[in-house]
Amino acid sequence: MNVKGGTPQQDIHATAMTLETLLNLVCGPVTRLGEVPCIKRNSIAFVVAKNNEGNGAWQSDYNGNGPKGRSRFAENCNWGGAMRTETTLKRTPLFNIYIKYGAKIVAFGGWELPVQFSSILEEHEAVRKEAGLFDVSHMGEVLIEGKDAESYINYLVTNDVTKMKKNGVQYTAMCYPDGGTIDDLLVYKLNNDKYLLVINAANIEKDVEWMRLHIEGDVKIEDISNEMAQLAIQGPKAEQILQKRTRANLSEIGFLQFSQHVSIAGIPDVLVSRTGYTGEDGFELYLAASKAEELWEKLLDTGKEAGLKPCGLGARDTLRFEACIALYGQELANEISPLEAGIGFAVKINKESQFIGKTALSAQKGTGLKRKLTGIEVTGRGIPRYGYRVFSGEKDIGLITSGMRSPSLQKNLGLALLSPKYTDPGTELQVEIRNKKVDAVVINTPFYKRG
Amino acid sequence: MTKVTASLLYSEDHEWVQKLEGNRVRIGISDYAQDQLGDIVFVEHAEVNDQVTANEAVGTIESVKTASELYSPVSGTIVNVNEALEHAPEIINEEPYGAGWLIEVEMSNPAELDELLSESEYQNFVSEGEE
Repeated sequence: MNVKGGTPQQDIHATAMTLETLLNLVCGPVTRLGEVPCIKRNSIAFVVAKNNEGNGAWQSDYNGNGPKGRSRFAENCNWGGAMRTETTLKRTPLFNIYIKYGAKIVAFGGWELPVQFSSILEEHEAVRKEAGLFDVSHMGEVLIEGKDAESYINYLVTNDVTKMKKNGVQYTAMCYPDGGTIDDLLVYKLNNDKYLLVINAANIEKDVEWMRLHIEGDVKIEDISNEMAQLAIQGPKAEQILQKRTRANLSEIGFLQFSQHVSIAGIPDVLVSRTGYTGEDGFELYLAASKAEELWEKLLDTGKEAGLKPCGLGARDTLRFEACIALYGQELANEISPLEAGIGFAVKINKESQFIGKTALSAQKGTGLKRKLTGIEVTGRGIPRYGYRVFSGEKDIGLITSGMRSPSLQKNLGLALLSPKYTDPGTELQVEIRNKKVDAVVINTPFYKRG
Repeated sequence: MTKVTASLLYSEDHEWVQKLEGNRVRIGISDYAQDQLGDIVFVEHAEVNDQVTANEAVGTIESVKTASELYSPVSGTIVNVNEALEHAPEIINEEPYGAGWLIEVEMSNPAELDELLSESEYQNFVSEGEE
């Protein structure tokens, strides 16, 4: 898929996402070797629990009592203190599955979640070539119901909900009056007066509070996050695998569309949505939390022959990064506007209704952006990581929001918020990596387009 | 249960040290460390003839998702580096105690070895951390 800033194609591409939020728990610039469980410095915290291979026993360690090997690492990261008090991490309905499959578990956005089941690279490749199964039940779901539901949501978000058809999905941002992003979310139109909003896990409380604070007209807001599970089956073989377990004709569900009350593998009432966060074709399945484990096992069993692999958040991040899909907490944040983050296609300044953030976002559009999300490739030796500064000669021109060695492209790539003057493809710049300026060049995004 | 090798010494930063002839040692990272890091994609370290100091940074190892600093367990001069890692850092995952070694150091203070952990001490250290 060819995606360039603001084109209709990008609209389609980038809308195909559900959204993750990261903790603002930040580890130091570089961790000591022992701190390796800081999977991503700015976000994922610490391996709090690990399946002991020897006897299958479950052991966990996040009480901070003395295991010197671990606790010392924690102290070296800023999140260490937070972890100590955070003894009530939430678990999804699939937590027992993580243990059963020997996943490496980390604290993430207040949840205990699997960073990988086998290896991030293996899982990444499975999704690009065959298919992967993800548990994304930590995501939040909010039902908005009532005769004013449409106008209310349209006031909250930047995209234009009035353009939606029943059983359609729209990607959008929710902003503060100053244009900063509260969250990015998916809006599902269940019917004319009923919508499902899918929000980032770490933003659930903040978002719901904001929604209640700005309630307008006859609407009811219901946070159903705890009752809902969400599985994502992603990859070129996702449809053929899922089709084996349902009579619904999946080929009739177009991109950014969904079907309600679908029966899959004998489990009734699943919402099947052709969306995803990987840059591949695939589906996201919303269902009752109590049925999640059963569906997971049945899908994995069905897809085994086709190469379906259980995948963790590590691969989810490498996949979304290559497809240049924004991650809240990195590309998007309270102080970053959706226009700056390159999701301007989800901001409809000229929609008929008033919406929160309109004045600020219009001004940004009018006077030009101060910074713009840009793809870079490090051509020297080094991997760009979140928070690294970017330079043009001596001039500091911005920072990296996400970066890694791309598994599919085998290049060291980054997304960076840069002064717009330096964002044309081919522009040479430098990334400061451990006090050394390493050569880099602006390249087109997305880094990866499915063939 | 993490794999360890009895003939080696270990640091609490999860490096191993192998005594070679004279005051020369070979240094790598433990099986536990490579497992915790996951798929290793990048290695960078000081070069031959560079001076290193015990417990000070001597390089960086990056996995898909994280960058971790490598601390030298001993002081001295780097006399050899594992050049194969530049293009195939995944060797560290595959053979942390063998082909995945990192650097060799001519020690200036061999007494520093006394500060390191034996195989069984390291094994305890790691399993304490997992409880």
